[in-house]
Amino acid sequence: MTEPVDFLVIGAGAAGGVVAKELAVAGFSVVVLEQGPYLREKDYSHDEIKYAFQPGLTNDPKVQPVTYRKSDAEPARRVKAIEYGRQVGGGSVHFTANYWRFHESDFRERSLFGAVHGADLQDWPITYADLEPYYTKAEYDLGISGLAGANPFEGPRSKPYPLPPMPAKSSGVLFERAAKKLGLHPFPAPVAILSQPYRGRGACVNCGFCESFGCEMRAKSSTLVSVIPVAEKTGRCEVRSGCYVRKIETNDAGRVTGAVYFDAARREVFQRAKAVFVCANGVETPKLLLLSKSKRFSAGLANSSGLVGTHLMWDNGVEVQGLFEHPLNEYKGIQATRLIHDYYRSDQRRGFYGGGGIDARFDYYPISFALHGLPPDTPRWGSEFKRTFATYFTHSMSLLSHTSSLAVMSNTVTLDPEVKDAWGLPAPRVTYDYHPDDRATMKWLIARQIEILETAGARKTWVQPYAVADNMPSRHLMGTCRMGNDPAASVVDAHSRAHDVPNLFLVDGSNFVTAARQQPTATIQALAYRAADFAIHAAKRGELA
Amino acid sequence: MAAWPEIMAAQAGGHFETLDAETAAEVEALAALIIPSTDGPGAREAGVIYCIDRALATFASDEREAYRNGMAQVQAKRTELFPASISIRALSAEQQMALMKAIETSDFFELLRTHTVLGFLGNPSYGGNREKVGWRQIGFEDRMMWEPPFGYYDAEAAKGGK
Repeated sequence: MTEPVDFLVIGAGAAGGVVAKELAVAGFSVVVLEQGPYLREKDYSHDEIKYAFQPGLTNDPKVQPVTYRKSDAEPARRVKAIEYGRQVGGGSVHFTANYWRFHESDFRERSLFGAVHGADLQDWPITYADLEPYYTKAEYDLGISGLAGANPFEGPRSKPYPLPPMPAKSSGVLFERAAKKLGLHPFPAPVAILSQPYRGRGACVNCGFCESFGCEMRAKSSTLVSVIPVAEKTGRCEVRSGCYVRKIETNDAGRVTGAVYFDAARREVFQRAKAVFVCANGVETPKLLLLSKSKRFSAGLANSSGLVGTHLMWDNGVEVQGLFEHPLNEYKGIQATRLIHDYYRSDQRRGFYGGGGIDARFDYYPISFALHGLPPDTPRWGSEFKRTFATYFTHSMSLLSHTSSLAVMSNTVTLDPEVKDAWGLPAPRVTYDYHPDDRATMKWLIARQIEILETAGARKTWVQPYAVADNMPSRHLMGTCRMGNDPAASVVDAHSRAHDVPNLFLVDGSNFVTAARQQPTATIQALAYRAADFAIHAAKRGELA
Repeated sequence: MAAWPEIMAAQAGGHFETLDAETAAEVEALAALIIPSTDGPGAREAGVIYCIDRALATFASDEREAYRNGMAQVQAKRTELFPASISIRALSAEQQMALMKAIETSDFFELLRTHTVLGFLGNPSYGGNREKVGWRQIGFEDRMMWEPPFGYYDAEAAKGGK
């Protein structure tokens, strides 16, 4: 079925699922194209070998290679530098489900903090107040658990969370006690996980397998189980899985007309549409624009600014672990239940830009703990190795910082000139190095994390040696089609519409002007609701036809 | 979950999909040094070698050559250190420790360490973690459902403790 439709949505993830549902419910016909498979809860399991040691729910570098280099002075090599959810529901299926709103300050850090040498720190063209109604809409539509007012640093909200917070685990209890002792402000983690039954889905049963896994109980509020079924129920939205877009087509008037994709049998199909939404993530979206060259758009689609693919921001943060006297059994229950935003804001007095949130959690499953979670001075084999992983597993927890990542012009996604994927398309080539302030922020927070763990009574604390130096793969892909009012200095306008193409919308992490303090999903989805709202009105005014 | 009767039947017959019996016995001797049988079952009792074999037959099939080359290097090192020896498993405990020390920075050691842990703590359906001995050692139980309190400290908080 390749009849023309009103809207084509490329990518069925956190943003694409939201957009598809909004458009279909508003009465438009929609086709959604998704690279990955259409899985259901029965397809998931607690199999750590499958989901943590093979690309069970993420991009597989064997068929879709990624190349990486630190700077354009060095050759790129094949390495899984970035990771994204690759199925209907995208990253919202396998993410940890943290659901933080950005702060008011995140949208105007340039004004508040000033310029940063070697970076391109800018204010967003929108404010927290512009996005607030859409954060609220997302929280209610998808099903988010949390406690309104508990985070004293959060901006004003028009409504409380639809669901109460999840119960505190032992890590949350220890963290909360210590943070209060230090005069900090711990609060229950807002999560896209149901603490109570909601809109036909059951509550979380605390099985413990959120991060990297698909939820077998439909309690994680992915777009797969929340909004996509609503879109499909309208009868106006068709989700085509296993469909990989290679080019967005344009006409002589400079408007997009649809996209060419490989279907599951690798046949080329052209889907015509009146307007196109690209929601493919912060790496796949710029890749597709760069692939969609034409006479009129010789540098790639929507790229008159030359900024498509630039300002890639990274998934920064550092984990500090602690060992305690009594069992915590952190493998039970959701990953993170308590956090602080006390160190979130940038502060000139620190001497560098940046800040972070810190949550109490357990990031490990049995295998990953034994291989990657032990103190660095543990013997790597033998009876002491065995004794350590066997006794530490139930008695340790982590504090994870989620930190700023500056937008730097030379951190990019481009097309690799040599390496191709299994469909013959160029691999995305990632060029990325940390801004010194990003490293300084992570190092500064490590000392805060150790302080909290020690106050909580940890008998031992440790940091992995690769922390700060090499956070790979990055799972938060942001900044590569940045939002702004000036078409020469940004790719999309304040409603996620491409400056250069009136019927093309780009909405996902690529829109981000700043990375805030990670946890991008809530903001990606709020932007998606806002862009869809704008597109619906524009279409009704006849602007997109 | 694990199809126990099938797995046990296959293992009882010493059936391997990719490894020959001699190589399997030598790899198992190395795995048993990584996770020894002290203080409870180790790699040997967990049937780690069956998980490694399964991995090489399936998701890790492109590592078969690394095993061939890696084992050849380990055997060469053994002959170099202990010229009169006939196999890794026939070495004395002290000699085995010396051999491991000599290879512990190699790429093959990393691969073997990873696969040994996969076989000890991974899902039993891959042939290792026999009767969940690995999970039992670390205090992990794979269940679909838990109710709080989960640990000592949240239980204490629920009781109104400080």
